[in-house]
Amino acid sequence: MAAREILGKMLEFDNDNHLKNRDDWNEEVAVELAKEEGVLELTDRHWLVINFMRKEYMEKGDAPSIRKLTKESGVETKELYALFPKGPAKKAAKVAGLPKPTGCI
Amino acid sequence: MENNGNGQPIEKVSIIVSHGSLEGVYPGLIMANGARMAGIEANLFFTFFGMDAIINKRMDKLKVATVGNPAMHMPTVLGSIPGMSAFATSMMKKEMEKIDIPPVREFLTMIHDAGCNIYACKASVDMFHLTKSDFCDEVDEIISVGQFYEVSAGANIIFT
Repeated sequence: MAAREILGKMLEFDNDNHLKNRDDWNEEVAVELAKEEGVLELTDRHWLVINFMRKEYMEKGDAPSIRKLTKESGVETKELYALFPKGPAKKAAKVAGLPKPTGCI
Repeated sequence: MENNGNGQPIEKVSIIVSHGSLEGVYPGLIMANGARMAGIEANLFFTFFGMDAIINKRMDKLKVATVGNPAMHMPTVLGSIPGMSAFATSMMKKEMEKIDIPPVREFLTMIHDAGCNIYACKASVDMFHLTKSDFCDEVDEIISVGQFYEVSAGANIIFT
């Protein structure tokens, strides 16, 4: 676990380098986290994914599977991988301020 | 769990699927999809009876093996009763759907859309007298074992 400064505030991160406290997250923080993942601009489509993931997490306690994400958010697999190259499940969860997803699919 | 510092993270995998039963096919598909989800480059190579998973006419009808499978905990005489394999298959499919594992066809589309290349084995294709048109659209190419090693440059090879 480590703390580092984002937008002038010290925020805590877990061992996977995901934000530890859900309350520390906001849209400005998300923009910074995305930059760390190499996603330089968050478009409406990115936000659709991020907000869907947050909603699922708040309701179910875990991030959705890729299958659920694509089926219910309307963002197709190809687009999802284009939005979050190098691993959409983990990257999107990280930007959304959620822990690493535990599912396999 | 993060990499514990011993060794390089995996960046590329080549997964070989050689069995055509439902339980023979899924591990390879789950590993290929999981690789892409984690940003790992992936290739899937189907050989021998594993090709049933990509043959249009067969891929929706894969069955669980109830005979010759000690982990089914079912005597061979029971496993060989007509309908037993179909029953076990439908049970397993139900359980998989519950944890969001898609049917084979949908899974292959998902994996292919995720950027994983899908190949059929040339030797097996010739042996079973198949052509490219026998396969689902997700199959990129029929390749030889030599080409398989070429596309696998720098990859960890996983045989299932």
